[in-house]
Amino acid sequence: MDLKNPSCDTTRAPVSQQGGVCTLPDLEAPKVTVNIDGIDVEVVSGTTILEAANQIGVKIPTLCQHPDLAIAGVCRMCVVEVEGMRTLQASCAYPITGPMTIKTQSRRVRQARRHILDLLLRKHYGECYACVRNGVCELQSLAEEYGVDFFRFGHPTEPLYEVDTSSYSVHRDMNKCVLCRRCVRTCVDLQEVGVYEAVGRSNQTRIETFLEKPLADVVCINCGQCINRCPTGALRANDPSDEIWAAIDDPTKHVVMQTAPSPRAGIGECFGLEPGHALTFEMNTALRRCGFDKVFDTNFSADLTIIEEGTELIIRLKKALVDGDADVKLPQFTSCSPGWVKFIEHFYPEYLEHLSTAKSPQQMFGALIKTYYAQLTGIDPKDIVTVALMPCSAKKFECNRPEMVDSGFKDIDYGLTTRELGAMIKEAGIWLPDMPKSDFDDPFGTATGSGVIFGATGGVMEAALRTVIELVAGQKVENFYDHADIIPVRGFDGVKYAEITVPEVGPVPDLLKDLVPSWDFLKGATLKVGVAHGTANAKRVMEDIKAGGIFSQCHFIEFMACPGGCIGGGGQPIPTSPAIRAARAKAIYSEDAAYEVRKSHENPAVLKIYNEFLQDGPCSHLSHNLLHTHYTPRGKFIS
Amino acid sequence: MLVTPHMAMREELEALADTFGRDRSALIPMLQAIQRKNGYVSDLAMQEAADILGIHPVEVHGVVSFYGFLGTEANGRFVIRMCQTVSCDMAGKDAVARQLENDLGIEFGETTKDGKFTLEWANCLGMCDQGPALLVNDKFYTKVTADQVADILDECRKAFGATALQAEKEWLV
Repeated sequence: MDLKNPSCDTTRAPVSQQGGVCTLPDLEAPKVTVNIDGIDVEVVSGTTILEAANQIGVKIPTLCQHPDLAIAGVCRMCVVEVEGMRTLQASCAYPITGPMTIKTQSRRVRQARRHILDLLLRKHYGECYACVRNGVCELQSLAEEYGVDFFRFGHPTEPLYEVDTSSYSVHRDMNKCVLCRRCVRTCVDLQEVGVYEAVGRSNQTRIETFLEKPLADVVCINCGQCINRCPTGALRANDPSDEIWAAIDDPTKHVVMQTAPSPRAGIGECFGLEPGHALTFEMNTALRRCGFDKVFDTNFSADLTIIEEGTELIIRLKKALVDGDADVKLPQFTSCSPGWVKFIEHFYPEYLEHLSTAKSPQQMFGALIKTYYAQLTGIDPKDIVTVALMPCSAKKFECNRPEMVDSGFKDIDYGLTTRELGAMIKEAGIWLPDMPKSDFDDPFGTATGSGVIFGATGGVMEAALRTVIELVAGQKVENFYDHADIIPVRGFDGVKYAEITVPEVGPVPDLLKDLVPSWDFLKGATLKVGVAHGTANAKRVMEDIKAGGIFSQCHFIEFMACPGGCIGGGGQPIPTSPAIRAARAKAIYSEDAAYEVRKSHENPAVLKIYNEFLQDGPCSHLSHNLLHTHYTPRGKFIS
Repeated sequence: MLVTPHMAMREELEALADTFGRDRSALIPMLQAIQRKNGYVSDLAMQEAADILGIHPVEVHGVVSFYGFLGTEANGRFVIRMCQTVSCDMAGKDAVARQLENDLGIEFGETTKDGKFTLEWANCLGMCDQGPALLVNDKFYTKVTADQVADILDECRKAFGATALQAEKEWLV
């Protein structure tokens, strides 16, 4: 096994996207002693005042600063007094290079911060009771912290702008915008999609899309990373919980919930738990108490995705290596992340044939619930309402794609985010952490560890490799990797590359007999795989492929639109940071380790469905009808 | 071959990128050239410029909206900018402004129907000692009085037509 780190251009990437490349301050740099509020602290030259203050536990309020984003220094909440300087300085953007004396809570500083806050509130339409961020709003908590008891400069009593609800995923309410530009830095630097920018000048400045068009009409991939980083309620997801409550209350409807792996690692945060507490089985009970008729595990269809996508890869490899078909598109790209799918549709439409035709687990499950499950239980599919609990705002767009109706009905009726479910559970008067545990419902049962790790970057690849290695080599993955943990594809490096040599081949399993007569063509072959998370990194990999670099030689590449994979998705609890995402990923991997069955092809429910329903096997005619899809080249030019 | 406006714009911007470079620092000179030639920066031009420089169209939009001398809507052939800051105001800019509005039949912020003149306010043109100051395209007029307005407009009008070859070069770069 050989792990190479391709040198990618990370100069413009924000800190969290640079992997381990260049985030640490230069330890060789000289140390400087500064005095903050009478406390001496020694820091490396180049440390900001804010970081130095954090080291000694002095709290400085911040608003536009975010651990994932480049420094902006625009909100001025963090101003401090530096002795010898005429004006107050923004501590988040002031690097310490020499000895200095800093005051963080003098009268002048307190007054300035209060006035800045008053000025922010002057333009912020604060309808706090009716706001989705009530209680988790950074502006609200700053106002509380600074004892705002009246509006010194006034306060808007009427909204000035119409709320942009054009998008299936992200709603924008510019009445609540405080111009911190976090969404701009998220979209332009972190994700490199470029939906928002500050438009205009001076007090006319506002955050706008290209040509001030509604979100649905611009090149937006719906990843929702801007929502996760917005300090106020200006950006939020399109909330379907009212419709879902209505369906639950309707006795003629059979409401089915499927829960993805990442929300269970994050939902505890909605109830004040530390990040990294998985509440999988408590959530099942809570969902039933809320009134959902059945609770299924999306991991079942994640396992199914692995089988379908893996088979597709094998077919592509066989066509390329055995049949010598020059038209076969390799590397194959994963298609589980709807943000990534829309990204490639917009920015690299010429590579759409590389995208696996397999649907995402959410959509596969929807198609199966309204066909297989409906047949099995005798419920009319028109009375089934499918809800998908996802860590993702782009899933809301995906379930509304016009092609996602293969069951004859809308395959998934509603995409629900972790945050929205947290609110629904609270509304039902349930305290989630106290719930007793209960398992998922039949006939899909409990899935495998491979399905669970879909939530973290590298997880889809690891799940696919576990299955492919075992099916091809005819031996246990544990013979190659301890505990079947394929470490080279794990971790938060922006771009990962790994090579796996297939030393010997085993017999072809029954499931694939019709497709490949023997594995001989893979004997001694080296499987090259890549992993990228965050569309900025995806873009780097795509440019590398375009230039004929190392990734163009790959066979299979996993792409996730959100930094960290689904655990950092746009529907996850707010706030987010590299540390929070790492904790959630840890929860997911420990859940995987606890499963008895950890490989997708050993999932009994998956084997059963190929025996009973999809009898012609993976990538057959019926499976293509229900479990595969096609894509739309969209391009990036709009008029 | 049929050349669509889209292709023509692309070609023009490619040529500009060859001159000014292909990174984001070339954006402003490129936009200035487009603005000079067309009187405005079109939606298409913003997207093509972004594509060539490897940035996002919305970033280009942000830049165009920030600078007063770049615009997304068609201006007149002659953009008359009147300084509205204190020194020019005290030197009597109001009389000149009223005269301009009267002679052209438009208000500040508007363009004449024939597409020849646009009137705009400008903040300090840096001619505080010689106010009131006017900037007509790239040409300065200082210590302007209401009487001179008719002559200035005439000079512009004469820049069109067969008799104005030299003037045209000077005005319509």
